[in-house]
Amino acid sequence: MAARTHRVLPGFGLALGYTLVYLSLLILLPLGGMILKASDLGFAQIIDIALGERALAAFRVTFGASFLAAAVNAFFGLIVAWILVRYPFPGKRFVDALVDLPFALPTAVAGITLATIYAGNGWLGRFIEPLGFKVAYTPAGIVVALTFVTLPFVVRTLQPVIEDIEPEVEEAAATLGASRWQTFYRIIFPAIFPALLTGFALAFARAIGEFGSVIFIAGNLPLVSEIVPLLIISKLEQYDVLGATALAVVMLAISFVMLLGINGLQWWAANRHRNSEPPEAAAGKAKGDGE
Amino acid sequence: MKLSRATQEPAWVRALLLAVGLGFLFLFLGLPLVAVFTEAFAQGWPAYAEALRDPETRSAIWLTVVIALAVLPCNVVFGVAAAWAIAKFDFKGKSLLITLIDLPFAVSPVVAGLIFILLFGAQGTFGPWLAEHEIKIIFAVPGMILATLFITFPFIARELIPLMQAQGKDEEEAAVSLGASGWQMFRRVTLPNIKWGLLYGVILANARAMGEFGAVSVVSGHIRGETNTLPLHVEILYNEYNAIGAFAAASVLALLALVTLVAKTVVEWRMKKETEMLSTVLAPEKTS
Repeated sequence: MAARTHRVLPGFGLALGYTLVYLSLLILLPLGGMILKASDLGFAQIIDIALGERALAAFRVTFGASFLAAAVNAFFGLIVAWILVRYPFPGKRFVDALVDLPFALPTAVAGITLATIYAGNGWLGRFIEPLGFKVAYTPAGIVVALTFVTLPFVVRTLQPVIEDIEPEVEEAAATLGASRWQTFYRIIFPAIFPALLTGFALAFARAIGEFGSVIFIAGNLPLVSEIVPLLIISKLEQYDVLGATALAVVMLAISFVMLLGINGLQWWAANRHRNSEPPEAAAGKAKGDGE
Repeated sequence: MKLSRATQEPAWVRALLLAVGLGFLFLFLGLPLVAVFTEAFAQGWPAYAEALRDPETRSAIWLTVVIALAVLPCNVVFGVAAAWAIAKFDFKGKSLLITLIDLPFAVSPVVAGLIFILLFGAQGTFGPWLAEHEIKIIFAVPGMILATLFITFPFIARELIPLMQAQGKDEEEAAVSLGASGWQMFRRVTLPNIKWGLLYGVILANARAMGEFGAVSVVSGHIRGETNTLPLHVEILYNEYNAIGAFAAASVLALLALVTLVAKTVVEWRMKKETEMLSTVLAPEKTS
Protein backbone atom coordinates (compact mmCIF):
# COMPACT_ATOMS: atom_id res chain seq x y z
CA MET A 1 0.00 0.00 0.00
CA ALA A 2 2.82 2.36 0.94
CA ALA A 3 4.47 1.84 -2.43
CA ARG A 4 1.21 2.59 -4.19
CA THR A 5 0.88 6.05 -2.67
CA HIS A 6 4.43 6.89 -3.78
CA ARG A 7 3.66 6.09 -7.39
CA VAL A 8 3.45 9.48 -9.05
CA LEU A 9 3.66 8.38 -12.65
CA PRO A 10 0.54 7.11 -14.42
CA GLY A 11 0.03 4.10 -16.63
CA PHE A 12 1.76 1.34 -14.67
CA GLY A 13 -1.22 -1.01 -14.64
CA LEU A 14 -2.01 -0.43 -18.29
CA ALA A 15 1.59 -0.78 -19.48
CA LEU A 16 2.36 -3.88 -17.45
CA GLY A 17 -1.00 -5.45 -18.22
CA TYR A 18 -0.59 -4.91 -21.94
CA THR A 19 2.98 -6.22 -21.80
CA LEU A 20 1.94 -9.39 -20.00
CA VAL A 21 -1.04 -10.08 -22.28
CA TYR A 22 0.98 -9.50 -25.46
CA LEU A 23 3.88 -11.58 -24.14
CA SER A 24 1.57 -14.41 -23.11
CA LEU A 25 -0.38 -14.55 -26.36
CA LEU A 26 2.55 -14.24 -28.72
CA ILE A 27 5.41 -15.99 -26.92
CA LEU A 28 4.38 -18.01 -23.87
CA LEU A 29 1.18 -19.58 -25.15
CA PRO A 30 2.70 -20.86 -28.43
CA LEU A 31 5.84 -22.13 -26.69
CA GLY A 32 3.74 -23.72 -23.96
CA GLY A 33 1.57 -25.32 -26.61
CA MET A 34 4.61 -26.93 -28.14
CA ILE A 35 5.81 -28.28 -24.81
CA LEU A 36 2.32 -29.65 -24.14
CA LYS A 37 2.34 -31.33 -27.55
CA ALA A 38 5.72 -32.85 -26.77
CA SER A 39 4.41 -34.18 -23.49
CA ASP A 40 2.16 -36.47 -25.56
CA LEU A 41 5.36 -38.26 -26.43
CA GLY A 42 6.79 -38.48 -22.96
CA PHE A 43 10.33 -37.78 -21.88
CA ALA A 44 11.79 -41.17 -22.81
CA GLN A 45 10.50 -41.02 -26.36
CA ILE A 46 11.77 -37.47 -26.89
CA ILE A 47 15.24 -38.57 -25.83
CA ASP A 48 14.88 -41.59 -28.11
CA ILE A 49 14.11 -39.36 -31.11
CA ALA A 50 16.90 -36.93 -30.24
CA LEU A 51 19.38 -39.79 -29.97
CA GLY A 52 18.37 -41.44 -33.24
CA GLU A 53 21.24 -41.85 -35.67
CA ARG A 54 20.25 -39.03 -38.02
CA ALA A 55 19.26 -36.63 -35.23
CA LEU A 56 22.41 -37.31 -33.25
CA ALA A 57 24.54 -36.63 -36.32
CA ALA A 58 22.61 -33.40 -36.92
CA PHE A 59 23.20 -32.28 -33.33
CA ARG A 60 26.89 -33.10 -33.68
CA VAL A 61 27.18 -31.09 -36.91
CA THR A 62 25.18 -28.17 -35.50
CA PHE A 63 27.12 -27.90 -32.25
CA GLY A 64 30.51 -28.63 -33.79
CA ALA A 65 30.13 -26.04 -36.54
CA SER A 66 28.65 -23.48 -34.12
CA PHE A 67 31.53 -23.99 -31.69
CA LEU A 68 34.14 -23.59 -34.44
CA ALA A 69 32.42 -20.49 -35.85
CA ALA A 70 32.18 -18.90 -32.39
CA ALA A 71 35.85 -19.75 -31.74
CA VAL A 72 36.95 -18.22 -35.06
CA ASN A 73 34.98 -15.12 -34.19
CA ALA A 74 36.40 -14.98 -30.67
CA PHE A 75 39.94 -14.94 -32.07
CA PHE A 76 39.44 -12.56 -34.99
CA GLY A 77 36.76 -10.55 -33.17
CA LEU A 78 39.28 -9.71 -30.44
CA ILE A 79 41.74 -8.45 -33.06
CA VAL A 80 39.03 -6.48 -34.90
CA ALA A 81 37.70 -4.91 -31.68
CA TRP A 82 41.24 -4.05 -30.64
CA ILE A 83 42.17 -2.29 -33.90
CA LEU A 84 38.82 -0.50 -34.04
CA VAL A 85 39.30 0.94 -30.54
CA ARG A 86 43.06 1.48 -30.40
CA TYR A 87 44.50 2.06 -33.87
CA PRO A 88 43.79 4.96 -36.20
CA PHE A 89 43.43 4.00 -39.86
CA PRO A 90 41.71 5.56 -42.87
CA GLY A 91 38.08 4.52 -43.38
CA LYS A 92 37.71 3.39 -39.77
CA ARG A 93 34.14 4.67 -39.37
CA PHE A 94 33.13 2.85 -42.53
CA VAL A 95 34.71 -0.39 -41.31
CA ASP A 96 33.09 0.04 -37.89
CA ALA A 97 29.64 0.40 -39.46
CA LEU A 98 30.29 -2.54 -41.80
CA VAL A 99 30.81 -4.89 -38.84
CA ASP A 100 27.03 -4.90 -38.32
CA LEU A 101 26.38 -6.07 -41.89
CA PRO A 102 25.48 -9.65 -40.81
CA PHE A 103 22.72 -8.24 -38.58
CA ALA A 104 21.30 -6.21 -41.45
CA LEU A 105 21.79 -8.56 -44.40
CA PRO A 106 19.03 -11.18 -44.73
CA THR A 107 20.43 -14.65 -44.05
CA ALA A 108 19.20 -16.05 -47.37
CA VAL A 109 21.23 -13.41 -49.22
CA ALA A 110 24.30 -14.30 -47.18
CA GLY A 111 23.67 -17.98 -47.89
CA ILE A 112 23.46 -17.78 -51.69
CA THR A 113 26.37 -15.33 -51.86
CA LEU A 114 28.71 -17.41 -49.71
CA ALA A 115 27.74 -20.55 -51.63
CA THR A 116 28.57 -18.77 -54.90
CA ILE A 117 31.90 -17.41 -53.65
CA TYR A 118 33.08 -20.74 -52.26
CA ALA A 119 31.75 -22.96 -55.05
CA GLY A 120 34.37 -24.63 -57.29
CA ASN A 121 34.20 -21.85 -59.87
CA GLY A 122 33.64 -19.03 -57.35
CA TRP A 123 35.96 -16.18 -56.41
CA LEU A 124 37.50 -18.06 -53.49
CA GLY A 125 36.55 -21.62 -54.35
CA ARG A 126 38.68 -21.66 -57.48
CA PHE A 127 41.78 -20.96 -55.40
CA ILE A 128 40.89 -23.14 -52.43
CA GLU A 129 39.69 -26.30 -54.15
CA PRO A 130 42.91 -27.02 -56.08
CA LEU A 131 44.66 -26.97 -52.71
CA GLY A 132 42.43 -29.82 -51.58
CA PHE A 133 40.02 -27.81 -49.40
CA LYS A 134 36.41 -28.11 -50.32
CA VAL A 135 34.24 -25.57 -48.49
CA ALA A 136 30.97 -25.29 -50.40
CA TYR A 137 28.57 -28.21 -49.83
CA THR A 138 30.60 -29.61 -46.93
CA PRO A 139 30.51 -29.12 -43.14
CA ALA A 140 33.29 -26.51 -43.60
CA GLY A 141 30.74 -24.44 -45.52
CA ILE A 142 28.47 -24.49 -42.47
CA VAL A 143 31.30 -23.06 -40.37
CA VAL A 144 31.88 -20.30 -42.95
CA ALA A 145 28.18 -19.35 -43.03
CA LEU A 146 27.90 -19.36 -39.24
CA THR A 147 31.09 -17.30 -38.92
CA PHE A 148 29.54 -14.67 -41.18
CA VAL A 149 26.19 -14.61 -39.37
CA THR A 150 27.66 -14.35 -35.85
CA LEU A 151 30.58 -12.05 -36.69
CA PRO A 152 29.32 -8.90 -34.90
CA PHE A 153 28.71 -10.47 -31.47
CA VAL A 154 32.28 -10.71 -30.15
CA VAL A 155 33.36 -7.40 -31.69
CA ARG A 156 30.38 -5.52 -30.28
CA THR A 157 30.62 -6.98 -26.76
CA LEU A 158 34.38 -6.31 -26.60
CA GLN A 159 34.50 -2.78 -28.02
CA PRO A 160 33.01 -0.90 -25.02
CA VAL A 161 35.06 -2.98 -22.56
CA ILE A 162 38.34 -2.21 -24.34
CA GLU A 163 37.34 1.45 -24.46
CA ASP A 164 36.83 1.39 -20.69
CA ILE A 165 40.31 0.09 -19.84
CA GLU A 166 42.03 2.97 -18.08
CA PRO A 167 45.37 3.92 -19.60
CA GLU A 168 46.80 4.41 -16.07
CA VAL A 169 46.64 0.68 -15.48
CA GLU A 170 48.71 -0.07 -18.56
CA GLU A 171 51.11 2.77 -17.71
CA ALA A 172 51.56 1.36 -14.20
CA ALA A 173 52.33 -2.07 -15.64
CA ALA A 174 54.85 -0.54 -18.03
CA THR A 175 56.59 1.50 -15.32
CA LEU A 176 56.82 -1.63 -13.18
CA GLY A 177 58.81 -3.18 -15.98
CA ALA A 178 56.19 -5.34 -17.72
CA SER A 179 56.72 -5.97 -21.39
CA ARG A 180 53.83 -5.12 -23.69
CA TRP A 181 52.97 -8.81 -24.03
CA GLN A 182 52.99 -9.26 -20.23
CA THR A 183 50.73 -6.23 -19.87
CA PHE A 184 48.37 -7.78 -22.36
CA TYR A 185 48.01 -11.24 -20.88
CA ARG A 186 48.31 -10.23 -17.22
CA ILE A 187 46.30 -6.97 -17.21
CA ILE A 188 44.24 -6.46 -20.36
CA PHE A 189 43.19 -10.00 -21.14
CA PRO A 190 41.78 -10.78 -17.64
CA ALA A 191 39.84 -7.49 -17.80
CA ILE A 192 38.20 -8.29 -21.13
CA PHE A 193 37.84 -12.05 -20.64
CA PRO A 194 34.23 -12.03 -19.31
CA ALA A 195 33.14 -9.92 -22.28
CA LEU A 196 35.00 -12.21 -24.67
CA LEU A 197 33.26 -15.23 -23.16
CA THR A 198 29.88 -13.44 -23.37
CA GLY A 199 30.47 -12.62 -27.03
CA PHE A 200 31.46 -16.22 -27.69
CA ALA A 201 28.32 -17.51 -25.96
CA LEU A 202 26.06 -15.06 -27.83
CA ALA A 203 27.60 -16.13 -31.13
CA PHE A 204 27.27 -19.81 -30.25
CA ALA A 205 23.64 -19.43 -29.16
CA ARG A 206 22.75 -17.64 -32.37
CA ALA A 207 24.64 -20.16 -34.49
CA ILE A 208 22.88 -23.29 -33.21
CA GLY A 209 19.49 -21.95 -34.32
CA GLU A 210 20.63 -20.49 -37.63
CA PHE A 211 18.95 -21.80 -40.76
CA GLY A 212 18.77 -19.43 -43.74
CA SER A 213 22.45 -18.83 -44.36
CA VAL A 214 23.47 -22.45 -43.82
CA ILE A 215 21.18 -24.45 -46.07
CA PHE A 216 22.53 -22.98 -49.32
CA ILE A 217 26.16 -23.76 -48.63
CA ALA A 218 25.85 -26.91 -46.51
CA GLY A 219 25.00 -29.52 -49.12
CA ASN A 220 22.47 -30.85 -46.58
CA LEU A 221 23.59 -34.46 -46.70
CA PRO A 222 21.95 -36.47 -43.88
CA LEU A 223 24.50 -37.70 -41.32
CA VAL A 224 27.20 -35.44 -42.82
CA SER A 225 26.13 -31.85 -43.32
CA GLU A 226 22.54 -31.68 -42.10
CA ILE A 227 21.83 -29.21 -39.27
CA VAL A 228 19.09 -29.69 -36.66
CA PRO A 229 16.79 -26.86 -37.89
CA LEU A 230 16.82 -28.43 -41.35
CA LEU A 231 16.05 -31.86 -39.90
CA ILE A 232 13.07 -30.33 -38.07
CA ILE A 233 11.77 -28.93 -41.35
CA SER A 234 12.27 -32.18 -43.27
CA LYS A 235 10.42 -34.08 -40.54
CA LEU A 236 7.62 -31.53 -40.80
CA GLU A 237 7.49 -31.93 -44.57
CA GLN A 238 7.15 -35.69 -44.11
CA TYR A 239 4.19 -35.04 -41.78
CA ASP A 240 6.21 -36.32 -38.81
CA VAL A 241 4.92 -33.49 -36.62
CA LEU A 242 5.71 -35.26 -33.37
CA GLY A 243 9.27 -35.99 -34.43
CA ALA A 244 9.77 -32.35 -35.40
CA THR A 245 8.25 -31.24 -32.10
CA ALA A 246 10.53 -33.53 -30.10
CA LEU A 247 13.64 -32.07 -31.75
CA ALA A 248 12.28 -28.54 -31.38
CA VAL A 249 11.70 -29.04 -27.66
CA VAL A 250 15.26 -30.27 -27.21
CA MET A 251 16.50 -27.22 -29.13
CA LEU A 252 14.30 -24.96 -27.01
CA ALA A 253 15.63 -26.45 -23.78
CA ILE A 254 19.21 -25.93 -24.98
CA SER A 255 18.44 -22.33 -26.01
CA PHE A 256 16.91 -21.64 -22.64
CA VAL A 257 19.94 -22.98 -20.80
CA MET A 258 22.17 -20.87 -23.06
CA LEU A 259 20.05 -17.79 -22.32
CA LEU A 260 20.37 -18.33 -18.58
CA GLY A 261 24.10 -18.95 -18.96
CA ILE A 262 24.55 -15.75 -20.93
CA ASN A 263 22.57 -13.77 -18.34
CA GLY A 264 24.85 -15.24 -15.68
CA LEU A 265 27.94 -14.29 -17.69
CA GLN A 266 26.71 -10.75 -18.17
CA TRP A 267 25.94 -10.48 -14.47
CA TRP A 268 29.44 -11.73 -13.69
CA ALA A 269 31.01 -9.25 -16.12
CA ALA A 270 28.97 -6.35 -14.75
CA ASN A 271 29.67 -7.22 -11.13
CA ARG A 272 33.39 -7.54 -11.63
CA HIS A 273 33.22 -4.16 -13.23
CA ARG A 274 31.14 -2.73 -10.43
CA ASN A 275 33.64 -3.89 -7.80
CA SER A 276 36.37 -1.90 -9.49
CA GLU A 277 34.33 1.31 -9.32
CA PRO A 278 34.90 3.86 -6.57
CA PRO A 279 32.75 2.99 -3.55
CA GLU A 280 30.46 6.04 -3.81
CA ALA A 281 29.56 5.28 -7.41
CA ALA A 282 28.89 1.64 -6.60
CA ALA A 283 26.74 2.65 -3.64
CA GLY A 284 24.82 5.11 -5.78
CA LYS A 285 24.17 2.44 -8.38
CA ALA A 286 23.02 -0.06 -5.77
CA LYS A 287 20.63 2.53 -4.37
CA GLY A 288 19.28 3.24 -7.84
CA ASP A 289 18.71 -0.48 -8.41
CA GLY A 290 16.94 -1.02 -5.14
CA GLU A 291 14.56 1.89 -5.38
CA MET B 1 57.82 9.75 -24.79
CA LYS B 2 59.28 6.47 -23.64
CA LEU B 3 56.20 5.78 -21.50
CA SER B 4 53.71 6.31 -24.29
CA ARG B 5 55.72 3.88 -26.37
CA ALA B 6 55.68 1.36 -23.54
CA THR B 7 51.87 1.30 -23.55
CA GLN B 8 51.73 0.70 -27.27
CA GLU B 9 52.50 -2.37 -29.28
CA PRO B 10 55.65 -2.40 -31.42
CA ALA B 11 55.07 -1.08 -34.93
CA TRP B 12 55.32 -4.51 -36.57
CA VAL B 13 52.68 -5.93 -34.17
CA ARG B 14 50.35 -3.07 -34.96
CA ALA B 15 50.82 -3.62 -38.68
CA LEU B 16 50.24 -7.34 -38.29
CA LEU B 17 47.06 -6.91 -36.22
CA LEU B 18 45.71 -4.33 -38.67
CA ALA B 19 46.45 -6.65 -41.59
CA VAL B 20 44.87 -9.71 -39.93
CA GLY B 21 41.80 -7.84 -38.63
CA LEU B 22 41.07 -5.96 -41.84
CA GLY B 23 41.88 -9.01 -43.94
CA PHE B 24 39.36 -11.06 -41.96
CA LEU B 25 36.67 -8.40 -42.39
CA PHE B 26 37.41 -8.10 -46.08
CA LEU B 27 37.19 -11.85 -46.59
CA PHE B 28 33.99 -12.35 -44.59
CA LEU B 29 32.12 -9.06 -45.07
CA GLY B 30 33.56 -7.07 -47.96
CA LEU B 31 33.80 -9.87 -50.47
CA PRO B 32 30.21 -11.18 -50.03
CA LEU B 33 28.82 -7.65 -50.22
CA VAL B 34 30.63 -6.96 -53.48
CA ALA B 35 29.70 -10.41 -54.80
CA VAL B 36 25.94 -9.81 -54.38
CA PHE B 37 26.01 -6.83 -56.72
CA THR B 38 28.56 -8.31 -59.12
CA GLU B 39 26.44 -11.43 -59.59
CA ALA B 40 23.27 -9.36 -59.96
CA PHE B 41 24.85 -7.30 -62.75
CA ALA B 42 26.73 -10.23 -64.30
CA GLN B 43 24.74 -9.87 -67.51
CA GLY B 44 24.40 -6.12 -67.44
CA TRP B 45 21.68 -3.65 -66.59
CA PRO B 46 19.00 -4.87 -69.01
CA ALA B 47 19.00 -8.40 -67.60
CA TYR B 48 18.97 -6.96 -64.06
CA ALA B 49 16.06 -4.65 -64.77
CA GLU B 50 14.24 -7.47 -66.53
CA ALA B 51 14.67 -9.72 -63.47
CA LEU B 52 13.24 -7.05 -61.18
CA ARG B 53 10.28 -6.47 -63.47
CA ASP B 54 9.19 -10.06 -63.01
CA PRO B 55 5.66 -9.98 -61.52
CA GLU B 56 6.49 -12.66 -58.95
CA THR B 57 9.48 -10.68 -57.71
CA ARG B 58 7.28 -7.58 -57.58
CA SER B 59 4.64 -9.33 -55.52
CA ALA B 60 7.34 -10.73 -53.21
CA ILE B 61 8.67 -7.22 -52.60
CA TRP B 62 5.14 -6.00 -51.94
CA LEU B 63 4.38 -8.79 -49.44
CA THR B 64 7.67 -8.14 -47.63
CA VAL B 65 6.69 -4.50 -47.17
CA VAL B 66 3.14 -5.39 -46.08
CA ILE B 67 4.40 -7.79 -43.40
CA ALA B 68 6.88 -5.25 -42.07
CA LEU B 69 4.14 -2.58 -41.97
CA ALA B 70 1.86 -4.94 -40.05
CA VAL B 71 4.54 -6.05 -37.59
CA LEU B 72 6.34 -2.81 -36.69
CA PRO B 73 3.43 -0.83 -35.14
CA CYS B 74 2.54 -3.80 -32.88
CA ASN B 75 6.09 -4.06 -31.65
CA VAL B 76 6.43 -0.30 -31.20
CA VAL B 77 3.37 -0.23 -28.91
CA PHE B 78 4.59 -3.30 -27.03
CA GLY B 79 8.15 -1.97 -26.78
CA VAL B 80 7.06 1.38 -25.34
CA ALA B 81 4.60 -0.24 -22.90
CA ALA B 82 7.11 -2.83 -21.70
CA ALA B 83 9.88 -0.27 -21.31
CA TRP B 84 7.56 2.12 -19.46
CA ALA B 85 6.56 -0.53 -16.94
CA ILE B 86 10.06 -1.98 -16.51
CA ALA B 87 12.13 1.20 -16.51
CA LYS B 88 9.91 3.52 -14.48
CA PHE B 89 8.36 1.20 -11.88
CA ASP B 90 9.45 -1.53 -9.52
CA PHE B 91 7.62 -4.79 -9.16
CA LYS B 92 8.28 -8.41 -8.33
CA GLY B 93 9.52 -10.66 -11.10
CA LYS B 94 10.98 -7.84 -13.15
CA SER B 95 14.16 -9.67 -14.09
CA LEU B 96 12.15 -12.75 -15.05
CA LEU B 97 10.04 -10.54 -17.31
CA ILE B 98 13.18 -9.13 -18.97
CA THR B 99 14.49 -12.66 -19.54
CA LEU B 100 11.16 -13.69 -21.10
CA ILE B 101 11.24 -10.68 -23.42
CA ASP B 102 14.70 -11.83 -24.57
CA LEU B 103 13.46 -15.37 -25.17
CA PRO B 104 12.72 -15.03 -28.92
CA PHE B 105 16.37 -14.08 -29.50
CA ALA B 106 17.37 -17.49 -28.20
CA VAL B 107 14.76 -19.51 -30.08
CA SER B 108 15.73 -20.89 -33.49
CA PRO B 109 13.67 -19.27 -36.28
CA VAL B 110 12.62 -22.73 -37.42
CA VAL B 111 11.22 -23.49 -33.96
CA ALA B 112 9.47 -20.11 -34.01
CA GLY B 113 7.68 -21.16 -37.19
CA LEU B 114 6.90 -24.62 -35.88
CA ILE B 115 5.10 -23.41 -32.76
CA PHE B 116 2.52 -21.61 -34.89
CA ILE B 117 2.03 -24.70 -37.05
CA LEU B 118 1.32 -26.68 -33.88
CA LEU B 119 -1.31 -24.12 -32.86
CA PHE B 120 -2.97 -23.22 -36.13
CA GLY B 121 -1.91 -25.93 -38.61
CA ALA B 122 -4.32 -28.54 -40.01
CA GLN B 123 -3.54 -30.97 -37.15
CA GLY B 124 -2.87 -28.17 -34.67
CA THR B 125 -4.76 -27.28 -31.51
CA PHE B 126 -7.05 -24.77 -33.23
CA GLY B 127 -6.73 -26.39 -36.67
CA PRO B 128 -10.17 -28.05 -36.89
CA TRP B 129 -11.97 -24.96 -35.56
CA LEU B 130 -10.17 -22.71 -38.06
CA ALA B 131 -10.97 -25.09 -40.92
CA GLU B 132 -14.63 -25.10 -39.92
CA HIS B 133 -14.75 -21.32 -40.05
CA GLU B 134 -12.61 -21.19 -43.21
CA ILE B 135 -9.92 -19.09 -41.61
CA LYS B 136 -6.46 -19.66 -43.01
CA ILE B 137 -3.49 -18.76 -40.85
CA ILE B 138 -0.83 -21.31 -41.76
CA PHE B 139 0.40 -21.22 -45.37
CA ALA B 140 -1.14 -17.76 -45.52
CA VAL B 141 -0.16 -14.20 -44.69
CA PRO B 142 -1.52 -14.10 -41.09
CA GLY B 143 0.80 -16.95 -40.08
CA MET B 144 3.75 -15.18 -41.65
CA ILE B 145 2.89 -12.01 -39.74
CA LEU B 146 2.66 -13.99 -36.49
CA ALA B 147 6.03 -15.67 -37.07
CA THR B 148 7.65 -12.32 -37.90
CA LEU B 149 6.07 -10.74 -34.80
CA PHE B 150 7.60 -13.50 -32.69
CA ILE B 151 11.07 -13.10 -34.23
CA THR B 152 11.18 -9.29 -33.95
CA PHE B 153 9.45 -9.19 -30.56
CA PRO B 154 12.43 -8.12 -28.37
CA PHE B 155 14.12 -5.55 -30.63
CA ILE B 156 12.36 -2.32 -29.66
CA ALA B 157 11.80 -3.16 -25.99
CA ARG B 158 15.47 -4.03 -25.60
CA GLU B 159 16.56 -0.69 -27.03
CA LEU B 160 14.14 1.30 -24.89
CA ILE B 161 14.50 -0.41 -21.49
CA PRO B 162 18.13 0.61 -20.76
CA LEU B 163 17.58 4.03 -22.32
CA MET B 164 14.52 4.82 -20.18
CA GLN B 165 16.21 3.37 -17.10
CA ALA B 166 19.17 5.70 -17.62
CA GLN B 167 16.90 8.70 -18.07
CA GLY B 168 15.17 8.07 -14.72
CA LYS B 169 11.75 9.41 -13.91
CA ASP B 170 12.46 12.92 -12.60
CA GLU B 171 11.33 14.68 -15.76
CA GLU B 172 8.06 12.77 -16.00
CA GLU B 173 7.37 13.26 -12.29
CA ALA B 174 7.95 16.99 -12.70
CA ALA B 175 5.51 17.06 -15.62
CA VAL B 176 2.83 15.21 -13.66
CA SER B 177 3.22 17.33 -10.54
CA LEU B 178 2.88 20.43 -12.72
CA GLY B 179 -0.51 19.10 -13.77
CA ALA B 180 0.17 17.36 -17.07
CA SER B 181 -2.16 14.54 -18.00
CA GLY B 182 -0.68 11.11 -18.72
CA TRP B 183 -0.93 11.61 -22.46
CA GLN B 184 0.56 15.13 -22.30
CA MET B 185 3.45 13.83 -20.21
CA PHE B 186 4.08 11.03 -22.69
CA ARG B 187 3.88 13.21 -25.78
CA ARG B 188 5.82 16.20 -24.47
CA VAL B 189 8.39 14.61 -22.14
CA THR B 190 8.82 10.89 -22.71
CA LEU B 191 8.52 10.67 -26.48
CA PRO B 192 11.05 13.45 -27.24
CA ASN B 193 13.47 11.77 -24.83
CA ILE B 194 13.21 8.32 -26.38
CA LYS B 195 12.65 9.20 -30.04
CA TRP B 196 16.16 8.27 -31.24
CA GLY B 197 16.24 5.06 -29.24
CA LEU B 198 12.81 4.18 -30.57
CA LEU B 199 13.88 4.88 -34.13
CA TYR B 200 16.99 2.76 -33.59
CA GLY B 201 14.88 -0.16 -32.44
CA VAL B 202 12.50 0.27 -35.37
CA ILE B 203 15.41 0.25 -37.85
CA LEU B 204 16.79 -3.00 -36.41
CA ALA B 205 13.36 -4.64 -36.16
CA ASN B 206 12.55 -3.62 -39.72
CA ALA B 207 15.76 -5.12 -41.09
CA ARG B 208 14.99 -8.38 -39.33
CA ALA B 209 11.31 -8.37 -40.31
CA MET B 210 12.06 -7.82 -43.99
CA GLY B 211 14.96 -10.25 -44.04
CA GLU B 212 13.55 -13.11 -41.95
CA PHE B 213 13.84 -16.45 -43.66
CA GLY B 214 13.60 -19.49 -41.39
CA ALA B 215 10.47 -18.72 -39.39
CA VAL B 216 8.55 -17.37 -42.37
CA SER B 217 9.70 -20.25 -44.55
CA VAL B 218 8.11 -22.81 -42.20
CA VAL B 219 4.67 -21.18 -42.17
CA SER B 220 4.55 -19.76 -45.69
CA GLY B 221 3.86 -22.82 -47.84
CA HIS B 222 5.79 -21.09 -50.66
CA ILE B 223 2.79 -20.27 -52.83
CA ARG B 224 4.22 -18.17 -55.64
CA GLY B 225 2.82 -14.71 -56.00
CA GLU B 226 0.84 -15.22 -52.80
CA THR B 227 2.92 -16.19 -49.77
CA ASN B 228 6.42 -15.49 -50.99
CA THR B 229 8.41 -12.77 -49.30
CA LEU B 230 11.53 -11.51 -51.01
CA PRO B 231 13.96 -13.72 -49.04
CA LEU B 232 11.82 -16.79 -49.84
CA HIS B 233 11.67 -15.77 -53.49
CA VAL B 234 15.48 -15.55 -53.52
CA GLU B 235 15.60 -19.18 -52.45
CA ILE B 236 13.16 -20.32 -55.12
CA LEU B 237 14.99 -18.51 -57.93
CA TYR B 238 18.34 -19.78 -56.69
CA ASN B 239 17.15 -23.37 -56.55
CA GLU B 240 15.89 -23.00 -60.13
CA TYR B 241 19.41 -21.99 -61.18
CA ASN B 242 18.13 -18.55 -62.09
CA ALA B 243 21.25 -16.83 -60.77
CA ILE B 244 20.49 -13.40 -62.25
CA GLY B 245 16.97 -13.39 -60.85
CA ALA B 246 18.09 -14.65 -57.44
CA PHE B 247 20.90 -12.12 -57.12
CA ALA B 248 18.79 -9.29 -58.50
CA ALA B 249 16.25 -9.94 -55.75
CA ALA B 250 19.11 -10.41 -53.28
CA SER B 251 20.61 -7.08 -54.33
CA VAL B 252 17.38 -5.33 -53.33
CA LEU B 253 17.72 -6.88 -49.87
CA ALA B 254 21.44 -6.03 -49.75
CA LEU B 255 20.56 -2.44 -50.59
CA LEU B 256 18.06 -2.49 -47.72
CA ALA B 257 20.86 -3.75 -45.47
CA LEU B 258 23.14 -0.90 -46.54
CA VAL B 259 20.41 1.67 -45.96
CA THR B 260 19.86 0.09 -42.54
CA LEU B 261 23.54 0.39 -41.68
CA VAL B 262 23.67 4.05 -42.75
CA ALA B 263 20.47 4.92 -40.85
CA LYS B 264 21.73 3.06 -37.80
CA THR B 265 25.06 4.89 -37.86
CA VAL B 266 23.33 8.27 -38.20
CA VAL B 267 20.96 7.54 -35.31
CA GLU B 268 23.83 6.24 -33.14
CA TRP B 269 25.69 9.46 -33.84
CA ARG B 270 22.63 11.56 -32.90
CA MET B 271 22.13 9.60 -29.67
CA LYS B 272 25.78 10.02 -28.73
CA LYS B 273 25.60 13.74 -29.41
CA GLU B 274 22.50 14.09 -27.27
CA THR B 275 23.99 12.22 -24.28
CA GLU B 276 27.14 14.34 -24.60
CA MET B 277 25.02 17.51 -24.56
CA LEU B 278 23.13 16.19 -21.56
CA SER B 279 26.32 15.37 -19.65
CA THR B 280 27.80 18.83 -20.26
CA VAL B 281 24.59 20.41 -18.99
CA LEU B 282 24.60 18.17 -15.91
CA ALA B 283 28.36 18.31 -15.32
CA PRO B 284 28.46 21.24 -12.85
CA GLU B 285 25.72 19.62 -10.82
CA LYS B 286 27.69 16.40 -10.57
CA THR B 287 30.89 17.96 -9.25
CA SER B 288 29.15 19.92 -6.49
